Amino acid sequence: MKVEYRIYMGIGIFVLLVTTVYFFWAKEYGGVTMLFGTAGLGIMPALYFGWWRKRMDPRPEDSETATLAESKGAIGAFPSNTIWPFVLGMGAFLSGLSLVFGEWTLVIGGALLIFAAASVTLESRRGGVI
Amino acid sequence: MTIAEERNDLSNEEGGHEHEHGGPRGIYLWLTSTDHKVIGKSYMYTALIFMLIAGAMAMLIRAQLTGPNNHIVSQQTYNELFTIHGSMMLYLFAGPFAFGGFANYILPLQIGAPDMAFPRLNALSYWLFVTGGITMLSGFFTSGGAAAFGWVSYAPLSSYSNAPGAGPDLWIVAIALTGFSGIFTAVNLITTAFYLRAPGLTMFRLPIFTWNMIVTGMLILIAFPILTAAMIMLYADRHFGAHFFTVSGGGSPVMWQNLFWFFGHPEVYILALPYFGIVSEVIPVFSRKPIFGYKGLVFATLAIAGLSTGVWAHHMFTTGTVLLPFFSALSLLIAVPTGVKVFTWIATMWGGDIEFKTPMLFVIGFLFTFVMGGVTGVMLAAPPIDFAVHDTYFVVAHFHQVLAGTAVFGGFSGFFYWYPKLTGRMYRESLGKLQFWMAFVGFSLTFFPQYLIGLRGMPRRVPVYLVSDHVTFLNQLSTVGAFLTGASFIVWLINMWISWKKPVAAGDNPWDGHTLEWATSSPPPHHNFVSLPPIRSARPLWDANHPEHADYKNQGHGSVPREREEQK
Amino acid sequence: MSNFKSVRERRVGRKGLLLAFFAVVLSSCSSTFGGYRGATTQGQSEASLYQGFMITGIVVAGVTFLGLFYVLVRYRRRKGTNRIPSQRHSNLPVEVIYTVIPVLIVIGLFVFTVRSENKITQVSSNPNVSVDITAFQWGWRFTYSNGVSIVSQGANYPQLVLPANETTKVTLVSQDVVHGFYVPAFNFSRYALPGVTNYFDLTPTSTGTYVGRCSALCGLYHGEMLFSVRVVTPSQFQSWLTQQKAA
Repeated sequence: MKVEYRIYMGIGIFVLLVTTVYFFWAKEYGGVTMLFGTAGLGIMPALYFGWWRKRMDPRPEDSETATLAESKGAIGAFPSNTIWPFVLGMGAFLSGLSLVFGEWTLVIGGALLIFAAASVTLESRRGGVI
Repeated sequence: MTIAEERNDLSNEEGGHEHEHGGPRGIYLWLTSTDHKVIGKSYMYTALIFMLIAGAMAMLIRAQLTGPNNHIVSQQTYNELFTIHGSMMLYLFAGPFAFGGFANYILPLQIGAPDMAFPRLNALSYWLFVTGGITMLSGFFTSGGAAAFGWVSYAPLSSYSNAPGAGPDLWIVAIALTGFSGIFTAVNLITTAFYLRAPGLTMFRLPIFTWNMIVTGMLILIAFPILTAAMIMLYADRHFGAHFFTVSGGGSPVMWQNLFWFFGHPEVYILALPYFGIVSEVIPVFSRKPIFGYKGLVFATLAIAGLSTGVWAHHMFTTGTVLLPFFSALSLLIAVPTGVKVFTWIATMWGGDIEFKTPMLFVIGFLFTFVMGGVTGVMLAAPPIDFAVHDTYFVVAHFHQVLAGTAVFGGFSGFFYWYPKLTGRMYRESLGKLQFWMAFVGFSLTFFPQYLIGLRGMPRRVPVYLVSDHVTFLNQLSTVGAFLTGASFIVWLINMWISWKKPVAAGDNPWDGHTLEWATSSPPPHHNFVSLPPIRSARPLWDANHPEHADYKNQGHGSVPREREEQK
Repeated sequence: MSNFKSVRERRVGRKGLLLAFFAVVLSSCSSTFGGYRGATTQGQSEASLYQGFMITGIVVAGVTFLGLFYVLVRYRRRKGTNRIPSQRHSNLPVEVIYTVIPVLIVIGLFVFTVRSENKITQVSSNPNVSVDITAFQWGWRFTYSNGVSIVSQGANYPQLVLPANETTKVTLVSQDVVHGFYVPAFNFSRYALPGVTNYFDLTPTSTGTYVGRCSALCGLYHGEMLFSVRVVTPSQFQSWLTQQKAA
């Protein structure tokens, strides 16, 4: 995790430096706000990775000498086929269209969104039988 | 290593992880798959369809400009055409083709992962992308027409009184949908690259393409939220009586430009970096050499990402509201890491054994147009020069050479390079080369005259010009080039058709590739790998296939313990 | 013997190439590379900056392309061969050189940029003439300090009249959306923004009539939002101004 932590921290600190220069030179606060937020978007994930780095066991993918046998257990759970992301997408689509065509699409879209979001959550919890 | 299958569907398990055997097929596969390979391919083909549609719009634009006072399309239609052409090419082609298509398909393979970290989220981002595209195009079918305020939609031209109707709203919704799609994909890419790498594949052994996708993901997470926020503000201004960008209510139209370009300039690198990654994969393979200066290249990419957040106002030099020397200095400075990349690529080829297959030809085309666009980009970083040519065809030529050159030449280089992996079939080399030469000649013929057109003072986004501008002939030349480029895509479609109808098996590793995606079958099986070679350098497959020239025997990217390797 | 000769010939060839290269560079010093020479002092400053950038660009792109073509020709795969080249993948001095040289070039360019930029953006405190320019959909209004006002009317493009060799201070605003005041022959454009007032100086150096246009997309008739600039001698300018005032 060291490299992951450092690249995010590096970007965050660099943008923070740019922000400081811009703050004192340009005195334009819209840009300062955006730059400051951007620095945060670098530092925030960096702190997360840094926090985990201290607490996790060394990973085989961070070791230059690891062999394939060293990775133990499941890599992760991967679903194969599910219709719910599609339904979720359609729900988001119709909800988005309500901004243009009025509320009636929001009724259908919102219903789809809630239904699909609930279904996809349940599916992943119980191991995903469609 | 084991992969936990969530779904206990026997048909999938008993198929022995055979590719798509027993699983759903056709449209149902397209709708339900969470396999990164299926989603990646869907992304690619959808993005390419959007490119062909937006390209057809470009042909109409060019046809209108063959004469000073043509009436091929009306003024209103012309404005709609260039708005949607730009929006589609940027939001629906160049970006998603790379970080939705190539990255989705290739990145998990390159790091030896079975899938993306969040497969369902991945499927969702594809559907948001498709529906975003449909939303954007549907603007043409509304009574008021599509959005007509340019892809930058400068306030207050995009306010409700200046742009009434459903078209602009559809545009806003489309951008929001594709924006969320991009954010989800970025989260997915970064998490995958950080958490699903194969053992031994440290960060500084990642292929350059994967590195570039990580940095692209970081930039997306920086830039897209601002775009989405700006879209919400714009919508609130239009419909809820907010005054973010209206002077009368105490808002500031210039704030829109700040917000938009704070997204917009990182966006330029979001579009370019993935293709730089592709180029960094193709050049070493077809030169049979490792990439030159690996760490330098990685740091150049990171430097571009860092600097790109501080250059947004170089799009606003002529507003008279920005600190010129600050933005000019950072914009000039960003040319350095970009230049380092170009020199790195040339140094990689130096001393190599260069084979001019279609992907390599496209890379050379990319290098040529990109250097030309880069040199004019440095000029535009100087405010005085920008004053002279701002919003003229000089700028149009510049960003097409940089962006379209990168997305088309870099993109097709990657497409032909990975086509055997994607389909298991080979394309026809002669047709690929023909496509390259048509695209290259056409592209140069389109955009070199546009530099002169711009220097003579023709602004962009105008459907008419004066005879006394002396740009008629140059415009006609440009149009001829555009149609030649357009015809090159027909050659590509023929190539795909022949390759589909009369398949020639490609084999697992037709190019003598270096990275892990070539270590599996073509196309790869469900969950990608049956076995992996040991990873002892950035080029595990090269090491396995050429043990006498393996990277870990040379001075490595890091210290390499030889004893352990021999034990294996 | 023949070997020796070929080496010499190659050397001569290289020298010739080098000479030709410098000849092109030197002759291009007087060229404007497709741009306008600039009909104002500010525009001329831009033109010389552009010239410098262009020459630098030609040299940089030239060196890059020469390197690229050399590599492509020299290291192409010959038919029937199957060699594995040296797998060298780093050379620190080379990497440092190709990073440091661009940095130096960029610093040099920046110095010239700032000099030129300061000249162009300078606004004089006591100009000879002041004009208020207002942009609107889709036309222009030029108002002189004595009240004379020229406005777009229908298809008639308005004309901005300026005295030669005198400094005119322009105050630029927009009435509705973003417009761009752009005179290609002056090598200058500036946005007209709602809610923001922009100031700049124009010092025309030669008499003549130039076309001007809107550079920023401003709606349906953006392409037809033209005007013209007529530069006359100061005495002609004064008589024109009084004549307009009387009319």
